[in-house]
Amino acid sequence: MAIKDYIRERFFPHIWCPGCGHGTVMNSLLRALESLGMSRNEIVMVSGIGCSSRISGYVDFHTLHTIHGRALAFATGVKLSRPELNLIVPMGDGDALAIGGNHFIHAARRNIDITAIVMNNRIYGMTGGQFSPLSGYGTMATTAPYSNIDHAFDTVELAIAAGATFVARSTSYHVKQLSKILRDAILHEGFSVVEVLSQCPTYFGRKNRAGSAVDMMEQYKNDTTPIGSKAKKENPDLIERGIFVQKEMPEYCREYDKIIEKAMKGN
Amino acid sequence: MKENIKFIQGNEACVEGALYAGLEFFAGYPITPSTEIAELMSYRLPQKGCRFIQMEDEIASMSAIIGASLTGHKVMTATSGPGFSLMQEALGYAVMAEIPCVIVNVQRGGPSTGIPTHVSQGDVNQARWGTHGDHAIVTLTASNHQDVFAMTVEGFNIAETYRTPVILLFDEVIGHMRERLVVPEEGEIPLVERLRTSVSEGVDYHPYLPREDGRLPMSDFGGVHRYNVTGLFHDMWGFPSDNPQVVHDLLRHLVDKINNNVNQITNFKSYYLDDAESVLISYGSSARSALHVVELLRPRGERIGLLELQTLWPFPDQLVRRTCEHAKHVIVVEMNMGQILQEVRRVVDQPRKVFLANRIDGVFITPRDIRNIMRLVQGKGV
Repeated sequence: MAIKDYIRERFFPHIWCPGCGHGTVMNSLLRALESLGMSRNEIVMVSGIGCSSRISGYVDFHTLHTIHGRALAFATGVKLSRPELNLIVPMGDGDALAIGGNHFIHAARRNIDITAIVMNNRIYGMTGGQFSPLSGYGTMATTAPYSNIDHAFDTVELAIAAGATFVARSTSYHVKQLSKILRDAILHEGFSVVEVLSQCPTYFGRKNRAGSAVDMMEQYKNDTTPIGSKAKKENPDLIERGIFVQKEMPEYCREYDKIIEKAMKGN
Repeated sequence: MKENIKFIQGNEACVEGALYAGLEFFAGYPITPSTEIAELMSYRLPQKGCRFIQMEDEIASMSAIIGASLTGHKVMTATSGPGFSLMQEALGYAVMAEIPCVIVNVQRGGPSTGIPTHVSQGDVNQARWGTHGDHAIVTLTASNHQDVFAMTVEGFNIAETYRTPVILLFDEVIGHMRERLVVPEEGEIPLVERLRTSVSEGVDYHPYLPREDGRLPMSDFGGVHRYNVTGLFHDMWGFPSDNPQVVHDLLRHLVDKINNNVNQITNFKSYYLDDAESVLISYGSSARSALHVVELLRPRGERIGLLELQTLWPFPDQLVRRTCEHAKHVIVVEMNMGQILQEVRRVVDQPRKVFLANRIDGVFITPRDIRNIMRLVQGKGV
């Protein structure tokens, strides 16, 4: 199936700002799905609210555009009630880790087979540039006009600590790596978290004098490095890219099948 | 004793009703006084190959049942006041996206953490207007376990018929009291099953285009029709729209599909109302005390009757107006500050003849409490 068969072409051009990284994330995701030869009917995409969530309108799957922060909770209901479906949940950084933080850690803890994509642009874009839990100390935002004193989560460390069995990070610059990682995340049986650094030149970039979209992507190129690289040892400030965790653990729906078996035997 | 006769809690009667109605998925979070429902569901659902999940909070529970409903399952969650507050967000989503689901609220005293192990009927208006924005809602209640069972089944039937969330508003006394339940035979109470679209693969399916009879056939997520579901105002394909005509028509549809069917949705019981000069109006556990008063005073020649409401929302305006037409006075019996009282006053011709017999101290309202108010109303002194 060609990439364009996965999209709802009538809704294009999309609403994302010029230079936004989210379209690139969508592109990488669709290429991953294409490489897996997945049928549209077996994919359910559940999104929350914000710039990231608009992705569900553009893809021709079963699409559930939910409430701010709750995408993973809705997705849990879809997955557990029909485990044969493939669940993909794109979220923004505020969506996934501020208002949706509780659902995020508990979905990870259960190891339910859902692919969570955190499209991290370090800002609330849809509402016009407020700081998010991933903006970081010292950044500027419309609700941090004197500079932000909130410290950022490390999405990868948080996901690992919460029990996610596949945890990875990439950027909108490293599209080939991103596509491959997303492919592996979808294939992984269990809760997968992929953090994607995705530039917001309109709000984060402008507020923090980060330059154009191209400048911001260049920064992703310069400020990131493969996991465990020599460069990281020399410069600990570099952000690591790649797959941090990929391990086999009992998946939630399969575990529940065992509960059903037990309960039915007792009948 | 026959197997279908049980001596159980109201919470258990609710579980029996839900399973009878064909419940297939339950998500919940522990909270007094509704917890027994979740406990029993975790035991019973896997026995029939169905699924239970304990979520991280009530927000997630409500969200999860919406997701599971979309894959074609009958779904339910259960909670009490504080949890019901958390569910309001996703409840509104279920209204907007027209998702069949059943939400049980076993009421306790509020506001806030309130008085968790004691009785109250303080969430009547929260059930009506707890979630933001204009909307219609269906809320059912019951005063005994046989009716808890019946109203639970009715709740699922209404949810499927109108593609809507239905709230079952029980209370602590009903939830925890033990009494007899006779589980009806299979087929004794008719069940409404999910209406699925007959549109075949490759043909344009409109998830939000009502048929002539007003019903909207669904297509399960994972099936051959891929469509969008959103909490935004949306067109007949489910895609977001801010077209004023689309917005207007959808809101009208959401409200009209419930309010134009008040008669079909209204459930009630009447006792000795034909010649009643004193009309008691009550619901839930307080209707038990009201009925006790009626049955005590009738043999003494008092023309007193009881209208027991089982559908609280949409409020049965005409039924209440007609019932109160010839009454000398009307006494609303409830365990709150007069939430249904306001509705009764709104719909009757003479609001000044409507009085309140209530209790708000976490103690169950007794027949004596009601009679004390009646004596005042009748000018007989205290």
